[in-house]
Amino acid sequence: MADLRPLEHRQYAHCESGVVTTLLKHQGLDLSEPMVFGIAGGLTFAYIPFIRITNMPVISYRMFPGSIIKGAAKNLAVEFKTRRYRDKEEALAELTRLVDGGQVVGLQTSVYWLSYFPPEMRFQFNAHNLIVYGREGEEFLVSDPVFEHAVRIRAEDLQNARFARGTLAPKGFMYYPIRVNSSVDMREAIRKSIKRTVHMMLRTPFPFIGIKGIHYLGKKIERLDASKDPRTVRLFLGHIFRMQEEIGTGGGGFRFMYAAFLQEAGQLLGSPALAEASQMMTEAGDMWRRFALACARACKSKTVDFDVGEIAKLLRKCAAQEKLVYSHLKSASL
Amino acid sequence: MLPDMGLCVNDNEETTMKISEVPQDKIKTMQGEKKVLYAIDDQGNYTRATTSGWEAEEIVLTQIIDDFDQKARAAALRVRNNETSPIECFMYRKWMDPLTLAQVMGLYRWQVKRHFKPGVFKKLDDKTLNEYARIFGVSVDALKNFPKEG
Repeated sequence: MADLRPLEHRQYAHCESGVVTTLLKHQGLDLSEPMVFGIAGGLTFAYIPFIRITNMPVISYRMFPGSIIKGAAKNLAVEFKTRRYRDKEEALAELTRLVDGGQVVGLQTSVYWLSYFPPEMRFQFNAHNLIVYGREGEEFLVSDPVFEHAVRIRAEDLQNARFARGTLAPKGFMYYPIRVNSSVDMREAIRKSIKRTVHMMLRTPFPFIGIKGIHYLGKKIERLDASKDPRTVRLFLGHIFRMQEEIGTGGGGFRFMYAAFLQEAGQLLGSPALAEASQMMTEAGDMWRRFALACARACKSKTVDFDVGEIAKLLRKCAAQEKLVYSHLKSASL
Repeated sequence: MLPDMGLCVNDNEETTMKISEVPQDKIKTMQGEKKVLYAIDDQGNYTRATTSGWEAEEIVLTQIIDDFDQKARAAALRVRNNETSPIECFMYRKWMDPLTLAQVMGLYRWQVKRHFKPGVFKKLDDKTLNEYARIFGVSVDALKNFPKEG
């Protein structure tokens, strides 16, 4: 049964965790965004040179798009209805039918087509999440969690956004929770998710993921030759910065969100170890801010007076600090 | 020249993400919008806070956009000299590169690059032209009749 209460728009730091938080709240499961992000195992680091978005390698500070939905389903025992479409018209017809019936749904979209975004932000990025909660004529009512207020979009633009091609193509992806479990064992969910995140960050066998991935990127930065091709080097450093700034949080966004999760989890479990880990993660976030700043400075520099070795050193400090956090979490008895 | 950028993180000192240290640089790329983030209050507790943007973010974004604008202007000249097709120019105006444009068109990069050749472009079928026009958000006419000056 669709829930007919009006949706309460609220702004969050990140699109996918924001959408999932709003959808769960609407269904009666009231959790903070950091809690949803942490329990769904949203944190990661990945530097994948052979997958490219806007012709730049994927550098991600959070798990791949869709993983917070999957993580919430798994760790919070939420049942989601999910669907991708081959046929655009069918997708529009079903969306219209659902929202007209009062259903609130999450959609994966391409920022390029979202007319309500500032023009400077409309790049080809296919994994932006938003909520559609109603319709007025040819316009859909949108709760986009990274915006202060609810917005609207024309059906034509939304269709283009849902069926953009390219890396991470949304293929009309739509999702909404049909059942939440209010008596979910939060302590167990927290324990399990932290364990998994720690394991991934410390022990993933691939060189591009986790602490290894941070060092891998460090090596790549060290090898950049700014004297030979300063433009490309600046663009690459700018790209690293932008991926880190995806949620605009002063350089360490997802780390601060995870630190917030660890703090809340520590209170819930009465665990001083988690509180300590939260503080350590905050320090890691601050180091990421310093690294981001160095990238921005190099980006602005008209000459080649920046030292890639120094920038890489800042990055390796982040890796060292994060390793401490995960080792601390690993040894804590939760 | 590197004037003091006023970017508000001290390199050496201890910094923590306190609410008072959340950047509020009112950057123009955010057009007055605010973003949410998590920061620490006076009691050491994480809480939701808002930011009007970080200057560093604006610098990086502006630099990337400037790079595309330069490429678009250079391409416009080459269109007028009949050295490339309008597709290349519109591509840069919409902040894409050949690989990205190929991906969103559902083509290979070599096909898109081939469409940059003025001779090939003139013979493009309507379906392909319509699709380029849709992606660029312009009419097919605007795509075909590139202004002589501009």
